[in-house]
Amino acid sequence: MGKVLMKGNEAIAEAAIRAGCLNYFAYPITPQSEVAEYMARKLPEKGGVFLQGESEIAVGYMVFGAAGCGERVMTTSSGPGISLMSEALSFIACAQLPAVFVNIMRTGPGLGGILPSQADYFQATKGGGHGDYRLIVLAPSSVQEAVEMVMMAFPLSEKYRNPVMILGDGLIGQMMEPVEFPENLIVKPTRKNKWAANGMDTRKSKKRNIVKSLILDPETMNTHNLLLKEKYDQIRKKEVRFETYNMTKPYKVLIVSYGTMARVCKTAVDLLKEEGIEVGLLRPKTLFPFPEKKIREAAAKAHCKMVLSIEMSMGQMVEDVERSVQGKCPVRWYGKCGGEIPPPKELMEMIKGLKL
Amino acid sequence: MQHEVMFAGFGGQGILSSGKILAHAAMEEGHQVVWIPSYGPEMRGGTAYCMVFISRKVINSPVVRNPLHLVAMNRPSLKKFAPLIKPKGIILINSSLIKIGSGRDDIEELRVPVNEIAKDLGDPKSANIVALAAFVARSNIVAFDNLLKSIEHEFINKNGALPLCMKAAEAGRKAGLP
Repeated sequence: MGKVLMKGNEAIAEAAIRAGCLNYFAYPITPQSEVAEYMARKLPEKGGVFLQGESEIAVGYMVFGAAGCGERVMTTSSGPGISLMSEALSFIACAQLPAVFVNIMRTGPGLGGILPSQADYFQATKGGGHGDYRLIVLAPSSVQEAVEMVMMAFPLSEKYRNPVMILGDGLIGQMMEPVEFPENLIVKPTRKNKWAANGMDTRKSKKRNIVKSLILDPETMNTHNLLLKEKYDQIRKKEVRFETYNMTKPYKVLIVSYGTMARVCKTAVDLLKEEGIEVGLLRPKTLFPFPEKKIREAAAKAHCKMVLSIEMSMGQMVEDVERSVQGKCPVRWYGKCGGEIPPPKELMEMIKGLKL
Repeated sequence: MQHEVMFAGFGGQGILSSGKILAHAAMEEGHQVVWIPSYGPEMRGGTAYCMVFISRKVINSPVVRNPLHLVAMNRPSLKKFAPLIKPKGIILINSSLIKIGSGRDDIEELRVPVNEIAKDLGDPKSANIVALAAFVARSNIVAFDNLLKSIEHEFINKNGALPLCMKAAEAGRKAGLP
C-alpha cells in the first residue's frame, strides 16, 4: 500500500483497526468526532464493536469492562470528555489493565473552544483522576507519527498493563497529510490468561481472575502502590522517547516543545539559522516518561544560556522542564492558549528579543 | 520552495474539497503536502477556508501568516485575506460574486466568473472545480493532467458527477490560461 492522504483522526482510527483493536467506545466531541465516524463505518465490517456511550463516564467504564476481559480496546475524546473518563482511568490504572485513550486537545478550561490546544498536559501526565497512578503519554507531531504511536500504544499498554494516552492537538486530528501504514501492524496480544476475566473455559487453571480496584486493607493497598511505583519507575527507565533538532550546533537557546507546536518551532529554528543564530530543539515524543536526563544534559552545556518551553498552554510542561534542568540554566515559558498557534516569525522575533 | 494556497469562501462552495484535490494531486506528483481546514461550529453559508502546503522538502510549520496564493470565492474572504498574500503570489477572484478587486499591485490578479461558467455547463455546484482548474492552469503548481487524475479519484464514486467535473475542469483551464 502506497501513500494515502488522510485526516489525522481517520488515520488514528485506521491504525487502531490494523493494530487489531476490535472494541471502540466513544461519545462525539469536536475536534475528534471523525474517529468515531470512521469506526462506526469500518469496525462492523471487521467483526468489531463500535458503541456510542450515553456519556463519556459510561464510555470510560465500557473501556474498563472490555480491558478487564482482555480485549484490545480504545476510546477517543477531547479535554472535557477525558475529564469525565478520568475516574475510570484511575480505576483502570489501579486494576492494571491495558487500554488506549486518545485526547485530541481543544482549548479550555471549561467547555472552552474547539480549536487546537495543549492545555491538557497536566491532566494527561499528572493524572486527571485521583490516586497515585500514571499514564504512558505519547505526543505525535504528524499524521504519520500518530499512526505509528497508535501502533505502539497497544503493545506498550499490554507490556506494562497500564493505560496509554495519545495526546494530540486539534490540528493533528483535523489536518490531512500523506500516510503510509506499516505492513505488519498487528502485534500479537500478550498472554492475558493470568489476569483477564475472560472465562474459566479459556485456561486450564482453576484460579479465578478477579479485576478490581477496591483494596481496603492498608498493608495490601500500600503494597499495591509500591508495585505500581516500581512499574512506573521501569517505564521512566525504559520508555523515554524524543527527537533532537539542530542540537549538534552550539545553541544559545534550547527549545523544548512537542506536538504541532514543535513543528512550528522547527521552522523558527531554520529561520533563525539563516540569520546566524543557532537554536536547538528537543521534542519529547513521550511526555510521561519525560526526557529529563537529556534535557538536563542539553541545558548544562556551556553555550546554552536559556531553555524555553514553548507550548499551546499557559505554562504546564515548563514545570517538568524546570524540574529536569535543575537550575543549571534559566528556564522561560512562551505560549498561547486561545486556539491560535503562534506562527514561526512570531517565535523568531520573540527569541531574537531575549536578553541572554 | 514551499507554496501555500489558501481557498476561502462560504461553507457549501466546495472550499475544503478543492484544497483536498490539489493536495492529492501534489502528493501523487511526489511533493510533501499538508492540508489544514478551518473548522468551527459553522454550517452551510458560514465562512470556510483551507490551506494547502506543497513543498519538495519536509513541511515543518503547518501555520503560516502570509500564504503565497489565494483563491477567493466570495467577497468577505477576498477582503479578509488579500492583504496577507505574499508579493508575486496569485489571487484568483470569483468575479461572479465579487465586484471589487484585490487592491494589490504586487500580485497577479486573475478574475474568473466561476459561478457563471459552472451554471452554463449545467450545474452551479461545479464552480469550485472551475476555480481550482483556473488556478492550476495559471500557477502550474501541479501538472494539469495530474489535477485531472485527482479530480477523477475524488469523484469517480460520486453518482455520475465525474463527467461534469471534467467539463468544469476544462472550462476552468481555458479561463485560467495566461
